[in-house]
Amino acid sequence: MTKLLQSLVDGLGVGSTYALLALGISVIFGVMHLVNFAHGELITVGAYVSYFFFLHGGSWWWMPVVIIGSAVLASVATELVAFRWVRSASPFTLLLTSFALERLSHALWQIFVSPKQRAFPKPSWVFNQFKIADISFEVMDVVTIAVTAVTLALTALVFKRTLFGISVRGAAEDFDAARLMGVRANRVISGAFAFAGLLAGVAACLIVMRSPAAEPSMGADWLLKAVIAAVIGGLGSFTGAVIGGLILGLLETLSRVYLPDIAEGWDKFSTAVVYVLIAAFFVIRPEGVFKVARAERV
Amino acid sequence: MLEVDRITTRYGAITALHDASVSISAGELVAIVGPNGAGKTTLLNTVAGLLRPATGNVRFDGNDITGAEPARLVRAGLALVPEHRRLFKDLTVEENLRLAGCTTKKHERRQRLEEAAELFPVLRSKWTTSAGYLSGGEAQQLAIARALMSNPRLLLLDEPTLGLAPTMVDVVFELLVRLREQGRTMLVVEQNAARALRLADRAYLLRSGRVVTTGTGAELAADSSLFDSFIGTA
Repeated sequence: MTKLLQSLVDGLGVGSTYALLALGISVIFGVMHLVNFAHGELITVGAYVSYFFFLHGGSWWWMPVVIIGSAVLASVATELVAFRWVRSASPFTLLLTSFALERLSHALWQIFVSPKQRAFPKPSWVFNQFKIADISFEVMDVVTIAVTAVTLALTALVFKRTLFGISVRGAAEDFDAARLMGVRANRVISGAFAFAGLLAGVAACLIVMRSPAAEPSMGADWLLKAVIAAVIGGLGSFTGAVIGGLILGLLETLSRVYLPDIAEGWDKFSTAVVYVLIAAFFVIRPEGVFKVARAERV
Repeated sequence: MLEVDRITTRYGAITALHDASVSISAGELVAIVGPNGAGKTTLLNTVAGLLRPATGNVRFDGNDITGAEPARLVRAGLALVPEHRRLFKDLTVEENLRLAGCTTKKHERRQRLEEAAELFPVLRSKWTTSAGYLSGGEAQQLAIARALMSNPRLLLLDEPTLGLAPTMVDVVFELLVRLREQGRTMLVVEQNAARALRLADRAYLLRSGRVVTTGTGAELAADSSLFDSFIGTA
């Protein structure tokens, strides 16, 4: 029982980070029909910025502001510099553009900083333990889940209540109809990238607090998981992205904890099991958890 | 108010609209009639900025708006109720209207929402329903209400009665009459040609992407030989 609860908390912790990233991917997919493979690089940006911030004497109290701010700026900048110019090109061109950005980001960190990992000290309280009814939790687990819950609740509020949120949902469903209603294409797309950057920034904060280190390839792993999560949920569905993230996180953790540890290297086996399960899920339900209806492109 | 001056619009190799000229003065209700594939929708979409004409130009209040971004045209006072309505089905009735009011200031938007609820009592009762669950008649009323949120001086309507039950067709035509009484200028593409011509001040007959003839609604309706050959009386 303790073991199960413990792994549920772990799974939700990892899953909520996936959820934040997957939601950003889904928002951008909604307004642009682009699976942004450069989205994970926002984590890398956040991590390097926090590393430099720390080098120059920054404190952990200001870290979230700095990380989120840099992720938002980087996200908006990629749209402005790269995606805007190929917006009306084929989806394939958009996809290649995002790959190019992702490679570019790798190369730049390798050249201008270092191919090696750059670590910095974590906040002292992160792995402090506390107990509720004999089950011990790490502070960071609770912080992760709480921060994600608050972020997602605020996100839901933005999408439900604000004109910006409604515009993004409308544009995701039928972009031309939204333009006919007076929605400015540039503005809603910039806004969507800013918002996706904000979510990635929150995710980056949670990631670097747990393991404060920056390396050029760190975004790629997270990106792959986030894309899988977004597709599990039904690409373009915002609720689906969150649910997909949580499912993936839980699956990973539970399979690692509960699959038999038969021999050396069997932990790889649990990863394989997760992907087999996901593949099986797509055989049964190729559209993901939530099917997204779209206006046909005329 | 609007001058469409010899525009040609193509989809790839296909020319959907050929050298078409149309003009509307303030306060007029102008109908565009013609058989399927005549280029009626292409004409409206080109005016509204969804399509860019290969040649020719479009002027609104004397300003050249050829190929302008739709969002800009809405702010200039020109709104389109598109073919097939294109409601945001995942959004509620209220959200559809709020989104369409994005060009206005907050207090003004609130006022327009109230006006819409007054003008369309059906919508008031479905305020928080997803637009995807509306009946055809309700959906069409929402589509028109949505276009009115920006308080356009020129309203373009593409097949506003398509697929509606006869009683709902009456409702939509009554609505057009009321909008005209309010002084709204309208350009209507309508498959129900006989009825549209009775209502319209002037009309254009399109066929194969060309303006074949133009005149008052009564003139076109009376010219039955010409009319039958192209459309058949509805």
